[in-house]
Amino acid sequence: MRKGLSSVNLVALTFGFAFLYLPIVLLVIYSFNASQLVTVWGGFSTRWYVSLFHNEQLLEAAWVTVRVGILSATVATVLGTLAAVTLVRMGRFPGRTLFSGMVYAPLVMPEVITGLSMLLLFVAIGLDRGFFTLALAHITFSMCFVAVVVQSRLISFDQSLEEAALDLGCPPFKTFIVITLPIILPAIVSGWMLAFTLSIDDLVISQFTTGPGATTLPMRIYSSVRLGVKPEINAVCTILIAIVTTGVIIASIATKRAENERAKAERAAAAGR
Amino acid sequence: MALKPAQKALGPIRRSFAPWLDPAAVPLIRFENVTKRFGDFTAVDDVSINIHQKEFFALLGPSGCGKTTLMRMLAGFEAPTSGRITLAGKDLAGVPPYRRPVNMMFQSYALFPHMTVAQNIGFGLRQESYAKSEIEARVTEMLRLVKLEGFGSRKPHQLSGGQRQRVALARSLAKKPKVLLLDEPLGALDKKLREETQFELMDLQQDLGLTFLIVTHDQEEAMTVADRIAVMNHGKLVQVATPGDIYEQPNCRYVADFIGDINILEAKVASVQGGAARLAVQDPTAEISVAVSEAAPASGADVAFAVRPEKMRIALEPPPEGAANVLKGEVWDIAYFGDWTKFLVKLDGSEKIVRVSRANMARTEAAPISWDDKVHVWFAPDAGVLLTG
Repeated sequence: MRKGLSSVNLVALTFGFAFLYLPIVLLVIYSFNASQLVTVWGGFSTRWYVSLFHNEQLLEAAWVTVRVGILSATVATVLGTLAAVTLVRMGRFPGRTLFSGMVYAPLVMPEVITGLSMLLLFVAIGLDRGFFTLALAHITFSMCFVAVVVQSRLISFDQSLEEAALDLGCPPFKTFIVITLPIILPAIVSGWMLAFTLSIDDLVISQFTTGPGATTLPMRIYSSVRLGVKPEINAVCTILIAIVTTGVIIASIATKRAENERAKAERAAAAGR
Repeated sequence: MALKPAQKALGPIRRSFAPWLDPAAVPLIRFENVTKRFGDFTAVDDVSINIHQKEFFALLGPSGCGKTTLMRMLAGFEAPTSGRITLAGKDLAGVPPYRRPVNMMFQSYALFPHMTVAQNIGFGLRQESYAKSEIEARVTEMLRLVKLEGFGSRKPHQLSGGQRQRVALARSLAKKPKVLLLDEPLGALDKKLREETQFELMDLQQDLGLTFLIVTHDQEEAMTVADRIAVMNHGKLVQVATPGDIYEQPNCRYVADFIGDINILEAKVASVQGGAARLAVQDPTAEISVAVSEAAPASGADVAFAVRPEKMRIALEPPPEGAANVLKGEVWDIAYFGDWTKFLVKLDGSEKIVRVSRANMARTEAAPISWDDKVHVWFAPDAGVLLTG
């Protein structure tokens, strides 16, 4: 059987990728456009990147985005890891199905609904909207992604490792810190990356839950586009794409590497028999 | 702790060691009517065992017979549903695994992948308040004991299966546990390495003077290493005895069948006189005479007569005059093992096939027994055992 690209496959692949990435490629190209007009090519220039770094509003928004991203990803990673450990390690406990369903619900919940319900909650308890509520909302929706990533690693984790540590005199909490945590660390790191990436490009939920003084980059971009697209926006978006892409790539490399390590160990075990 | 000398002219002779026969001896480990249920499933059913100090004790049975659960209850990973486990007179109920003076070698070895070999071996010691130099000395000693000097800085995935097995052993011995638990420790090794390691385990256990409890489904392994074997089935204890007794004096059909190869002839007791009984074998119809103990079943009782293949003789010509229990048949199949040959003989007037094995003491034979040959098969009255259960 020939294993290569047939012409049909090639066409499908080309169209598929074009469909997915043509708009993004266009945006990246036009971010280097010298012309004021977004749709007319006026030669190569990096002037929009330069002017970007003098745009106080955009820089302020970027700083808010990064702070929210780091804070929410960190808290979501802690909570998501705890949820995953509970789901995998506690075995059957009353309400387990409900709990696991509730952990994963935000994965499929429409963002508008999540955003709106958060807004209602914050209003009801009289919480002033701003940086803090924004971070809370981001933690809520990114936690489940962390839980999924960490849970899949924990499931393939040989539980006898923990038993061996207990057997050798290590109390349960210390066992978790010195044995479990280092082994599932790659999954936790990729969970954090995922949460961070989700946080920095969220628009819908942020719109609902933010307040004065806490405008994120996606919100700033969206509002300036409504007043007409400036090539500066293209430059911001290109940088954003670069950051998100890097995050996703690092996360997947970390996961892949952990898997390879495991596969290598297993192969070595098989060979050593 | 005595170190194993690098070179030994002779292996240690297993002295006669049978504290279980001494009514005054106090067992180190007692399982008293231990039962473990998981939901509706009874994994361990009312098991009582006494294990003595310095004993090499094997729990043997097919997978799912409860042997691993029994061991895990001793390690503290499972709590008995009812019954009591004591170690050196102390009830272990409620004592968590990290406070029990037993260490376990896991079937999967469970080496910590993010630690080096030396860190793995020293892990248990680091949980106690030992000085750093003391831990290092002990790790070096353990590495020498399992012949892995120079491997201390390697990671587990850089080791072969046999080496990992040694690291796991060293790690579980490092804390000098009162009891070492071995959960199918050699399952992942190939046959040659397994046999070698079995003898090493025995030497180690003798030299260190520790109590070993091994769980295995491999009867050869249990027979090789253990002082006593407990055969389990469906959570119940079937027989506890020395390897020799388990093999030669099985107390029921299950044990007879599980350990080694055996021929079982269904029969009725025709008569009992003194130490001898006449049995009417049903298939094929034949009468045999067997030796029985004083607790012999009464006439008319349904019994099974079990005789091992190597305790039967086979020949083309009739046996010498006066031989008891001669059966005739035809060679159905031959399995040649090199040291032994096993003949499958279909008995005349029946579909019953008996297995007879013979040591190949000569390299060539003038008239070898071949397929379809008419043969005589016979055995002495005391060659087999009478089973009622």
